Amino acid sequence: MDILDLTIKQLHEGFKKKQFTSVDVTKAYLDNIKKSDGKIGAYLAVTEKLALGQAEKADKIISSGKDFPLLCGVPCAIKDNILVEGQQATAASKILENYVAPYDATIIKKLKEQGAVILGKTNLDEFAMGASTENSALKETRNPHDTTRVPGGSSGGSAAAVAAKEACYALGTDTGGSIRQPASFCGVVGLKPTYGAVSRYGLIAFASSLDQAGPLAKTVEDAKIVFDAISGKDPLDATSVEPKILNLKFEIKNLKIGVPKEYFGKGIDKDVEKIIKDAIEKAKTAGAKIVPISLPSTDYALACYYIIAPSEASANLARYDGIKYGLSKPADALLDVYLKSRGVGFGAEVKRRIMIGTYALSSGYYDAYYKKAQEVRELIRQDFKKAFDKVDVIFGPVSPFPAFKIGEKGSDPLSMYLADIYTVSANLAGVPALSIPAGGIPSGSGKLPIGLQIIGNYFEENKVLSIAGEMEKMLQLI
Amino acid sequence: MISKDEVKHIAKLARLELTEKEVEKMQKDLSAILDYFDILKKAPKIQIKTGKAGKNVLRKDEAVERPASLANNLVAQAPDKKDGYVKVKAIL
Repeated sequence: MDILDLTIKQLHEGFKKKQFTSVDVTKAYLDNIKKSDGKIGAYLAVTEKLALGQAEKADKIISSGKDFPLLCGVPCAIKDNILVEGQQATAASKILENYVAPYDATIIKKLKEQGAVILGKTNLDEFAMGASTENSALKETRNPHDTTRVPGGSSGGSAAAVAAKEACYALGTDTGGSIRQPASFCGVVGLKPTYGAVSRYGLIAFASSLDQAGPLAKTVEDAKIVFDAISGKDPLDATSVEPKILNLKFEIKNLKIGVPKEYFGKGIDKDVEKIIKDAIEKAKTAGAKIVPISLPSTDYALACYYIIAPSEASANLARYDGIKYGLSKPADALLDVYLKSRGVGFGAEVKRRIMIGTYALSSGYYDAYYKKAQEVRELIRQDFKKAFDKVDVIFGPVSPFPAFKIGEKGSDPLSMYLADIYTVSANLAGVPALSIPAGGIPSGSGKLPIGLQIIGNYFEENKVLSIAGEMEKMLQLI
Repeated sequence: MISKDEVKHIAKLARLELTEKEVEKMQKDLSAILDYFDILKKAPKIQIKTGKAGKNVLRKDEAVERPASLANNLVAQAPDKKDGYVKVKAIL
């Protein structure tokens, strides 16, 4: 038995039976990080002292003989745009390179209350803007399945950490696919919850009407455990809600699965299409009713997203002014402090998005861009509403292609944006969506993982997770 | 194609200092991205009912006790500070 292969529940059982302690498990993960992270580059910071302290505390709780929470003593990794008090929170940006989080994000508070062990902070595209983690201003992260390829993004470090056994699970954030797409590329499970299901307090804001935090994990069961731990209403995030808990049993044989024709259009890699269609066939064999559906506004989703997300980003990132915190470039006049600090502090993609957003919101262009995008967003919401009148969940690909080569899409921002084509709609509509490994495409000596996307109706994470759990068994990849 | 002057104007609104090279690249990239947005012209027109987008969620207007360390932690992050205050340049 390799300790690093154990799931959350297996670790929990092991702690209970005194097979090993949290300190043992934490040290095993820290050792593996030392051994393999030079090659992978998942972590921006390893918080060894914090982790060992938390592990010792967890062991005290465990050895007290009382019941203890599932995440107690289990080591995890945190995306570096989520605040952990006293630790760096860089968002992989030069402008926050020396920033130390003054408080805990609500989701971190919730993990700490369970006795979680935090191993470190993981790499991402700067301010979570990107689909490959190449936009990190601080580090390059490589895909554990093929180190010449990207891990996906923007939660690339979190996905790579779980895939490379450098963490039992990780937290990421998803604004347009940033949990699901790296989960797909790295062969792990990733859940973007319903907008409002998880508090955003203490997340470094990118696009506030789209951002959601969620788990990246080895299995569907683990993803559910973490989701249950971090979800719920938070007085510090007015958009968070207490979800109605549906403790119903869902079985795939009683369900209708919608397959949108627009998710298999031009541009999808033939091998990806085959893996996803094979997975749908398996669901059919298990007794699910497969229903062809249409999400007619899919063609507009990407343009809609790349207006709304940068518009919100241009407002959210106005806070980086060289005065309150972060990088500051001295100048005589206040305006020059702003201009210089931001000019030097932000990377190319972040500047591009601030520019797009500022343009779309500027006088004379607002109606043609931002207002139009809001209308299209409503169309996308209606598409899902109509679809979920007919079906329980929607199946489709996460990404049109497997992990691509590092540098392959570097110079052309639009070609990188296309990586988000099947993921942005769930954020625009606010519905939950999950990626589970569905197969692999042979490449070199290994295989490049491909994720199946399961999209559910609002606050039906339990249904999505139940179905994903059954699919996981059928796909037999674990 | 948007002009270089437009790029510079937007950069000024966005409080971003761009080098001449960045302006050139931005002109090319923004033009391509804005062209891509043209696809939205084909989307069906709908009326969004304004003011019905959601409901207001308000908290009670009362002081919430927070640890004193929080204020110290926050001020500690400021690049320029004095006696527990953040120092800001004169505006006028």
